[in-house]
Amino acid sequence: MLELSEINVAYGRAQILRDLSLTVNAGEILCLLGRNGAGKTTTMKAIMGLLPLMSGRITLDGQTISELPAHKVAGTGIGYIPQGRRLFADLTVAQNLEIGLMVRNSGGAVRDGVLDLFPRLRERLHQRAETLSGGEQQMLATARALCLEPRVLLLDEPTEGLQPSMIEAIRQVIVVMRDRGVAILLVEQRIDAILSVADRVAFIENGRNLETLPADALRADHAILERHLGV
Amino acid sequence: MDFGPYLMLASLEGAVTAAVLALTAVGLSLVFGVMRVVNVAHGEFFMLGAVLAWWMTSLIGGHPALGFAVALIVVPVLVGLLAAAADVTILKRIAYDPERTIVATIGILYILQQVTLMTYGPDARPVEPPFNTRLALPWVEFSDGRPQLYWPWGLSTTSYKLGVIAAASVVLIGVWIVMARTRIGLVMRATQMDRDMALAFGIPVEKVYGLVFGLGAGLAAMAAVLIVPIQQAHYLMGGDPLLLSFIVVIIGGLGSLPGTVVAAILIGLSDGIISVFFSPTLAKILATLLVALVLVFRPQGLFGVRRA
Ligand SMILES: Nc1ncnc2c1ncn2[C@@H]1O[C@H](COP(=O)(O)OP(=O)(O)OP(=O)(O)O)[C@@H](O)[C@H]1O
Ligand SMILES: [Mg+2]
Repeated sequence: MLELSEINVAYGRAQILRDLSLTVNAGEILCLLGRNGAGKTTTMKAIMGLLPLMSGRITLDGQTISELPAHKVAGTGIGYIPQGRRLFADLTVAQNLEIGLMVRNSGGAVRDGVLDLFPRLRERLHQRAETLSGGEQQMLATARALCLEPRVLLLDEPTEGLQPSMIEAIRQVIVVMRDRGVAILLVEQRIDAILSVADRVAFIENGRNLETLPADALRADHAILERHLGV
Repeated sequence: MDFGPYLMLASLEGAVTAAVLALTAVGLSLVFGVMRVVNVAHGEFFMLGAVLAWWMTSLIGGHPALGFAVALIVVPVLVGLLAAAADVTILKRIAYDPERTIVATIGILYILQQVTLMTYGPDARPVEPPFNTRLALPWVEFSDGRPQLYWPWGLSTTSYKLGVIAAASVVLIGVWIVMARTRIGLVMRATQMDRDMALAFGIPVEKVYGLVFGLGAGLAAMAAVLIVPIQQAHYLMGGDPLLLSFIVVIIGGLGSLPGTVVAAILIGLSDGIISVFFSPTLAKILATLLVALVLVFRPQGLFGVRRA
């Protein structure tokens, strides 16, 4: 479904991603693992068109999205939940969701569906995003992305700074989305928190592919983790 | 005249200045807030508004109100379109880099000024106000311990000046409604808060920038159309509004619209009052001093929020 073929990406002169390739299929959770600074966030920004590709291409169901202007990428059905949430801080919960709904002109039914997944947000529709608790902010960042009825979800460290019950809530939403056929690219530091839901795991180092394997293999053999992450 | 009526007269003059300044500065503040660039050519869009208003009213003729009404609507749109074109052809090409934008808008400043000098010429030309009734104003006097209204000689204003204050207020309320209550306002605010996330959620940021730049220039032009029956159109008239708008935007807090309006009222009123009682130069000196103090003690502005 979502396919990155040998992409090269740089910030100015500093090249970060080198010939990186990834494939995420519909109804699958691909977990992207790598050390701090490996280029995980950079990969997601490149998918969203926020960074230009030096070479390579990114396709979604055969459509080359890396040739689209950045603001057209979301409209193809990619929901982005960035590292650090990046909510529109001065806007209310409802307005943040509205921005998500506007991407594909989704209606009230979509909004209701999303709020059913996050009942706590429904009670706080007129609260400014900035004033939400960390967990609620993560819910809102996730809800905002779900508002565009994504075919692909990009989640960048969604459990950062959350307590176990909140991590569990986020994990359940991810699983619900996978079961609806959404392709999910997930970046996570806490391997134990997500290994149970991942279908495949891709390791990267210094912006290059290491190996990509089924999550089952990792669950069976923890030595692989130590080898690639040094944990 | 006693001190009281004199002060009232000065305040009224100041209120007219404040109204026009608020419009101009809100335009500058919008551009700075959403696009994070400093538009040095802002004063020239103001000047262009005044010059085009003269041109349009002298072209239309007939009752002064007719030409003025047309100018009030058409001129800001024309200037806005010109600014949007400058945004797309120049600022977009330099990727809104803050330093290069300053240089580029200085270039736009000189181009607009010189083209105006070459076509419109060096003269200051008046525009006839659409209506201009002299209104005598009452003052309260205590005689025999009882308050009594009387009309001091020389205490008067014109219906047009009150009209300027009213028109500016209406437009400012309009801007506020657009920003706070409409979808396009929501999109502009989202772009202001986080440009990359706006892009990642399908907001055509470049179009928003073009719109904001045009809107900012249009507001300056509208302020100029309103003031030109009082002040005359001249190709060098853009300097003062630019300086005062900068002062207001800094004092009000960069990018904060309510702060900008409050600061415009503060600066406009004190400018009017100090100019009447002392001198216009002293008014500018004090305003600039206030900016320096604000920058030292409250860099985020009186109403700005400190951002990480
Ligand atoms: N705006 C930028 N300009 C220059 N270099 C950058 C920029 N953003 C990131 N980098 C560099 O790119 C490299 C990859 O960063 P990236 O954010 O993709 O890492 P990451 O894998 O997400 O790490 P983490 O696990 O810490 O979030 C880092 O070395 C970082 O310093
Ligand atoms: Mg990261």
